[in-house]
Amino acid sequence: MLAFLGRRILIAIPTVFLISVFVFTLQHLLPGDPILVMAGEERDPEIIAALREKYRMNDPITVQYLAWAGNALQGDLGISLRTQQPVLELIAEKLPVTIQLAVMALIIAILIGIPAGVLSAYKKGTWIDWLANIIALSGLSVPNFWLGIMLILLVSVRLGWLPASGYLPLSEDPLQSIRVMVMPAFVLGTALAATLMRHTRSAMLSVLKSDYVRTARAKGLREGVVLVKHALRNALVPVVTVITLLFGELLAGAVLTEQIFTIPGFGKLVVDAVFNRDYAVVQGIVLCTGIAFIAMNILADAAYRVLNPRMSDQ
Amino acid sequence: MRITKTLGLAALLAMTAGLAHAQDLRIGLQEDPDVLDPDQSRTFVGRIVYASLCDKLVDITPDLEIIPMLATGWEWSDDGTELTMSLREGVTFHDGEPFNAAAVAANIDRSKNLDVSRRKSEVKSIESWEVVDDYTIRFTLSAPDATLMAQFADRAGMMLSPKATEAAGADFGLNPVCAGPFVFKERVQQDRIVLEKFADYYRADEINFDSVTFLPIPDTTVRLANLRAGDLHMLERLAATDLASAEADDGLNVERATSLGYQGITINIANGPRADNPIGQSAAVRRALSLSIDRNALNQVVFEGAFAPGNQPYAPTSPWYNTAFPVPERDIDAAKALLAEAGHADGITVEVQVANNPVQTQVMQVIQAMAAEAGITVELAAKEFATLLADQSAGEFVASQIGWSGRVDPDGNIHQFMTANGGLNDADYSNPDMDKALNEARLSNDPAVRKQSYDAAIALQQEDMPIIYLYHPVWIWALDEKVAGFTPYPDGMIRLHGVSVSE
Repeated sequence: MLAFLGRRILIAIPTVFLISVFVFTLQHLLPGDPILVMAGEERDPEIIAALREKYRMNDPITVQYLAWAGNALQGDLGISLRTQQPVLELIAEKLPVTIQLAVMALIIAILIGIPAGVLSAYKKGTWIDWLANIIALSGLSVPNFWLGIMLILLVSVRLGWLPASGYLPLSEDPLQSIRVMVMPAFVLGTALAATLMRHTRSAMLSVLKSDYVRTARAKGLREGVVLVKHALRNALVPVVTVITLLFGELLAGAVLTEQIFTIPGFGKLVVDAVFNRDYAVVQGIVLCTGIAFIAMNILADAAYRVLNPRMSDQ
Repeated sequence: MRITKTLGLAALLAMTAGLAHAQDLRIGLQEDPDVLDPDQSRTFVGRIVYASLCDKLVDITPDLEIIPMLATGWEWSDDGTELTMSLREGVTFHDGEPFNAAAVAANIDRSKNLDVSRRKSEVKSIESWEVVDDYTIRFTLSAPDATLMAQFADRAGMMLSPKATEAAGADFGLNPVCAGPFVFKERVQQDRIVLEKFADYYRADEINFDSVTFLPIPDTTVRLANLRAGDLHMLERLAATDLASAEADDGLNVERATSLGYQGITINIANGPRADNPIGQSAAVRRALSLSIDRNALNQVVFEGAFAPGNQPYAPTSPWYNTAFPVPERDIDAAKALLAEAGHADGITVEVQVANNPVQTQVMQVIQAMAAEAGITVELAAKEFATLLADQSAGEFVASQIGWSGRVDPDGNIHQFMTANGGLNDADYSNPDMDKALNEARLSNDPAVRKQSYDAAIALQQEDMPIIYLYHPVWIWALDEKVAGFTPYPDGMIRLHGVSVSE
């Protein structure tokens, strides 16, 4: 297992390097000038020149990249052009927020998606299967931002049950923090639950037809044991892959969800940074997201091995 | 055991009583402010935060008159090149440093000389200064500058603790130290900015909150939902489309003030090869486009009638508005006649770039439909704002739908846009008579004399029309009905002196 992890991490290094080069160059290809945005409405040429000098915008792009990459290797991702806060500090501040949102959304998605998938596979062709499918389809089709605003209007404005938006750190007040996060996590989680349900259902369907399930039943095992211990465990391998891939989707979905519920996470940070051409922040975020995504994939590969020990030989 | 319980209960009661008393005012902002350093910041919402954090040398009334704040009085020399200000005594900065003439000198020096200061152009006319005594300072100007007092009523006049600026340098914005009613406590980017009451504030009796929290909530629907759910006490920039529903809500009050700014269409007249087309070359064609627009209908369709239709850099309610040129009625025949006069009886095509947000796009779509009836085909190029700005400043545009946030002094809305060397003259418009009128207007401190110059400038603008003015946004605040004492100002700021919330 250790050798496997080491190998995967080594392979990841060039990938991270490529990500950094792409982000850096693509961003500079974007139309629009960050200095012009920063200079303010007046666009005083003297200020523009001073800002260009300060942020080394006059250097060739390769020199800019090398300077940035050199600092990044030492853990310095630069400062935000907009607020002058260090990028690393910003990311450290926002990352826990989005992770909390993503984890809660994932939990909601798993709690809804997997049992619904198992049930609809087991009751294939009955009204339960149909109902689960209809719910899954609507979960997929309803846009995040619409569901979010409707929930705010219903749950917060009409019923006054939950706060409409905002954020409280888990460390400050765990209960209130979860209360604030429930609605956005639900919005984010429902779409994922639908995807999970579809995948669990098809994986379960093929597993339920296999010989060893028939054998298990022939042995006289109880149906619940057959379903959970024999069928579901094997059906989960493709589902785990989907969950890892969904993690990327979660981060993307968080962009919209955080915007609606004004959660000060990664998504909001990246949207504001792109619109303000806050290069250093965008670069820092994409780099960190890239690394997180690669790490998730490595973890998923490790998880396969735990779920299905036969894969270790391959 | 019993005693511990009783004590615990008492402590709990004391805490809750304290909580009921400790009043926090929560204000919803449309955006997250940029860096909180008055010498470096550029956003409108940043200025809203400063109104509670940093007092200025002077302030304005809702009618735009300059009134004392940290400066108690001022006097101009006869030739208008010397300004002597007397300063308030007994004022301290949030860090306990005294406010005096030396502190003012340090602030002006920073605005002028900090390498990344965005205030340089605003205090450019100040050549030197002299600390006359502890509470008197005299500025010597390179030339008379009637706009200077208005600059002192905004960021250039905000007084920062010299000790703090010296220690923090360009990083001052991470922990700003000023002399306003509230002290900076914390900021979580994109989440909140928290200020706490400054106990030693010289007007502390007018401040009724222990703290104020600014919460950036960009989505207008969500911002309003937060107010309705009781999570906010007030919000700025209610969407015009939500106005009717907010007014119908018994739990809310709505306040408004016509802004100092405008929205318009800037036409490229001589800024590079893209100016070479009918609308860039002919003032008659520009006037035709202006006449084809029904500004009232535009206001009704896009803003539910809540904004102020306009045709000059000043709103019709402004004392600087030239009443000889009222907002024109739509006149298709006259527009067609002007097109024919310019030799384009068959019509023309104009590409207009517009920021890709729903409101500005809708504005241009309405104009597109209106102009078509006069034979002007408007093609829209929707761009993200940063791109639009870069293209406009580089001359990569035929016409550009853009606005200006507005300034207290009339000079700020027109000089930089219409003078030949003006920093914001993206049209590259040039007319020596215009330059003369606008430069003259800067020389006198007498409003009547200045008005004559601006009237002349507006007459020229109506003829040449490098910018077709469309409307003036109206600031709309929605407040919880428990909030009392709020005064709307045309600069869109939220001044908390005298504002209170009833339980």
